[in-house]
Amino acid sequence: MRNGDGMKENKLMEGREYIGISQVTGPLVFVKGIHNVGFNELAEVVDSSGHVRLGMVLEASDGAAVIQIFEGTSGLSIPDTRVRFRGEPLMFGVGSEILGRVFNGIGQPIDGGPPPMIEEMMDVNGLPINPTAREYPRKCIQTGISAIDGMNALVRGQKLPIFSGTGLPHNKIVAQITRQAKIVGEDVQFAIVFAAMGIKHDVSRYFVSNFEASGVLEKVVFILNLADDPSVERMVTPRVALTAAEYLAFHENMHVLVILTDMTNYCESLREISTVREEIPSRKGYPGYLYSDLSSIYERAGMVKGFSGSITQMPILTMPNDDISHPVPDLSGYITEGQIVLERELDQRNIYPPIAGLPSLSRLMKDGIGEGMTRGDHAHIASQLFAAYSHVKDVRALAAVIGEEELTPLDKVYLDFGNRFEREFLSQGEYEDRSIFQTLDIGWKVISYLPKEELHRISEEELNKYYGK
Amino acid sequence: MLEIIGKVHKIIGPVVQARGIVNAKMLDLVEVGEDHLVGEIVKLEGEHAAIQVYEDTTGLAPGSSVYSSGLPLSVELGPGLLGTIYDGIQRPLEVIRDSSNSVYIQKGIHVPPLGREKKWDFKPGIEKGAKVEGGEIIGRLQETAFIEHRVLVPPDVKGTVAWVAKEGSYTIDETVMRVAAASGAETEVKLFQRWPVRKARPSRGRLPLRLPLITGQRVIDTLFPQAKGGTVVVPGGFGTGKTMIQHALAKWCDADIIVYIGCGERGNEMTDVLMSFPELIDPRTKRPLMERTIMIANTSNMPVAAREASIYTGITLAEYYRDQGYHVAIMADSTSRWAEALRELSGRMEEMPADEGFPAYLPTRLAEFYERAGMFETLCGSEGSISIAGAVSPPGGDFSEPVTQHTKRFVRCLWALDRQLANARHYPAISWLDSYSEYVDEIADWWQERSGGEWMDLRHRIMDLLQQEGKLQQVVKLVGPDVLPDTQRIILETCEMFKNAFLQQNSYDKVDMYCTPEKQIKMLRVILDFYKLGLENIKKGANIHQLRKLEVHSDIMRMKFSVSNDEIGKIDTIREKLHKSMQQVAEMYE
Ligand SMILES: Nc1ncnc2c1ncn2[C@@H]1O[C@H](COP(=O)(O)OP(=O)(O)OP(=O)(O)O)[C@@H](O)[C@H]1O
Ligand SMILES: [Mg+2]
Repeated sequence: MRNGDGMKENKLMEGREYIGISQVTGPLVFVKGIHNVGFNELAEVVDSSGHVRLGMVLEASDGAAVIQIFEGTSGLSIPDTRVRFRGEPLMFGVGSEILGRVFNGIGQPIDGGPPPMIEEMMDVNGLPINPTAREYPRKCIQTGISAIDGMNALVRGQKLPIFSGTGLPHNKIVAQITRQAKIVGEDVQFAIVFAAMGIKHDVSRYFVSNFEASGVLEKVVFILNLADDPSVERMVTPRVALTAAEYLAFHENMHVLVILTDMTNYCESLREISTVREEIPSRKGYPGYLYSDLSSIYERAGMVKGFSGSITQMPILTMPNDDISHPVPDLSGYITEGQIVLERELDQRNIYPPIAGLPSLSRLMKDGIGEGMTRGDHAHIASQLFAAYSHVKDVRALAAVIGEEELTPLDKVYLDFGNRFEREFLSQGEYEDRSIFQTLDIGWKVISYLPKEELHRISEEELNKYYGK
Repeated sequence: MLEIIGKVHKIIGPVVQARGIVNAKMLDLVEVGEDHLVGEIVKLEGEHAAIQVYEDTTGLAPGSSVYSSGLPLSVELGPGLLGTIYDGIQRPLEVIRDSSNSVYIQKGIHVPPLGREKKWDFKPGIEKGAKVEGGEIIGRLQETAFIEHRVLVPPDVKGTVAWVAKEGSYTIDETVMRVAAASGAETEVKLFQRWPVRKARPSRGRLPLRLPLITGQRVIDTLFPQAKGGTVVVPGGFGTGKTMIQHALAKWCDADIIVYIGCGERGNEMTDVLMSFPELIDPRTKRPLMERTIMIANTSNMPVAAREASIYTGITLAEYYRDQGYHVAIMADSTSRWAEALRELSGRMEEMPADEGFPAYLPTRLAEFYERAGMFETLCGSEGSISIAGAVSPPGGDFSEPVTQHTKRFVRCLWALDRQLANARHYPAISWLDSYSEYVDEIADWWQERSGGEWMDLRHRIMDLLQQEGKLQQVVKLVGPDVLPDTQRIILETCEMFKNAFLQQNSYDKVDMYCTPEKQIKMLRVILDFYKLGLENIKKGANIHQLRKLEVHSDIMRMKFSVSNDEIGKIDTIREKLHKSMQQVAEMYE
């Protein structure tokens, strides 16, 4: 991203350079005796060996500034450190050549290739989209996974996170989605922006080889901040990624799928900075503005008027202790348009994908399904599957207390339905790509194990047409 | 107009500290820096001031100037509000989009809230020489096809009409009346006026509540009714259906004017309203819903200080229509995001935190907001009301947190959303055991009149069954339903029916999304008849399975979808069929 600086020369000259800092605390550097430094602007901090680190102004006042250093502060000394203020926030140089390239967490190329041609420098913080300029997302993405397509359909332009836990196969599922995602009746290929925040090298490798195998590598932009990279950098990694996505979607009119993994690591970095700044913590030590901060990331999804591109977000986050009420999943759930929740119990029973039946939800599904988009019976069969499966959960709880033999005959039928639902509908192969119609047909097959009179959410006509067929 | 009143000293996110402040008042509106970012003075201490800035402060540098107009943060009130979408400080988002030619909201944009070009056909209703006082109607104009805009004397103006404009077309900037005060000084009255958002507009006084706010949502209207002029809180974890309920209210409730405040929530939800409301038809006026709606959208990624202001902007617009004699309903989604904005600003100003980091004045602020609801006698002598429905988003879905707890103290109706119900796709997920409405007695007359005096009784009977069922379910969880006698299983069965066939209501279904009060009464009667006749039959020897297998059982389960609002006679047919079927069962045991 450095090479676009030619045009910024003038501004750089304006930026003053200061020698000596007054204090270093954790990732923060305090500078005194400065003038005219703007809030949120980019700073270059140069240590005695001439190594340049980037940082961002968190607090600016007359004569003093607090800078957060992305790379960390080890090796910085008070008298020898020089600080240059750039007069602008962190920018990412975008252009169509970013496709197929690998960048570090603050957007510098790290794949050894030549610097990509830059068409525009964009502020990584982005701007809020005017709600009146948004286009409501309506096109269903077929992922080939029944639990998603049938019951929690993903819509192009949606932000739908995966709430997972350590050791659960979220990476496999996301990889499967990126392999299989298509729009029914359209021939579009998704560009993928893959942002890694504090994930392990082998996870990153897994994705690279998956993209390689499906031959889409040149359609992927990687923004990588891995587990051993500076954690403060993570603060901007998703923003760099979304800047790339916005460029591809709203300049190049591409359909972009953004994968952000793992948002829990991002939030931890945010907490770290907040703690060092001695801010008043809210729940579990996370800052009170975590919600606003997360929404400045998640809201950068969708479609806008005048452009045919779209940004679909699939953030992955691991719920600490599998606890969905932990601030990270909780606040994410309050911002995203639903969630795909993975369930450890299903995983232990060897059901792949272990997508929890009840807590998963796609809020945009309603507008993307139905006659002309998927099939007329889609909404009702999905709703009936939810209702029936929810009863299964009650029956199982009861059976655990009184024993299966004591259940009413009808409840026994429900138990049977529940098992078939999990084995036949939920569960499928990692490389099994089911069409939406196959998914719906399997749905009907399993629901037909229940007596007709139990199916109140399905209309008479639909029952006649599909029940038991 | 604007004078420099000081310099920026320090920037901490949305809060700016200024020094060298002269000539400023608390809550004055100011502009900061070269971009003229809009802000408001929230703290004054000697020559220092804290300013909350309604726009992103990136790039703002210490030493920049602070300008002031000497006026408080105000809204423009006049024709052209209806059908418009504003941000938290009343900037019209569509105009911003078109004038900036960008899909993004840039900084430092200044556009007036009300269009200056549009002409309105004004009909004066007052003559020269008449004595007028604040709040009086001086003329009328048609703002939308169904809403007549009543032009009011600003509340602080009083005197004799010195001149009044003739009937004709005027822009809002043109003077339509001059009022001479006792001192002889004349005030010009235009088609619009300004009012500071943090101050409630005056009225003659409060009136008792007696009318329900009909929402067309069965669980609300029948079990936990909201009153016109009442307040309700809707707490619920993520995805439990707060926004859907707020949207349903905005669509179907029988208020004259809707003010929908999207406060720190999703952009797409506002887009959804913007796209669907112009197409949805108000069942009463047969006009597009957008014509009675004002939207305030300060989404979660928009500046947090403007989110704090959005609630006040919304309620002030509501008061203005109330003053014209309308029933206004406000939806605020979500007040938790507003409280969090308050918390963030307070934290940045390094105030002492109370509960969970919220400032100690949180309850006061909540009370001030909800107290602006009510049924009023307006200054123009008519009746107008403001009803508020505030969503609350408790962290972790735990209702013991401060915003839920404090809000409950200031409202009289609670629709508690239940995670279990939402997971089972029982929508609206309003818990019948945890929710309540204190308005039932006040509005009962209205319902009694429409139900042949039966409503209160029907309602009590079903509530009673639900309570009994709650207890029986405890037993069922331990031993299963089979051990219960059929006289008790019929309670489970009826409640199951009531939940499925009545309480659940699908907002996406064309028929079911709105249910008239008449249909609600008829449906409730049928379900209670099922219980009554069923119980009689069981006592005669019939069993529960027989009753479930009746064909009419299925008819009842489907009547919400199968019978539309304008053919509710069909429910009587179902009821007759029920009586016949039950009679046949009875005959088997006689
Ligand atoms: N009455 C209803 N009919 C049909 N579906 C509903 C209804 N109420 C809620 N839902 C479903 O629940 C989903 C979530 O509802 P909603 O968006 O209102 O939740 P919320 O409580 O506002 O969540 P958040 O706090 O995250 O904003 C909807 O997208 C919809 O699928
Ligand atoms: Mg909501």
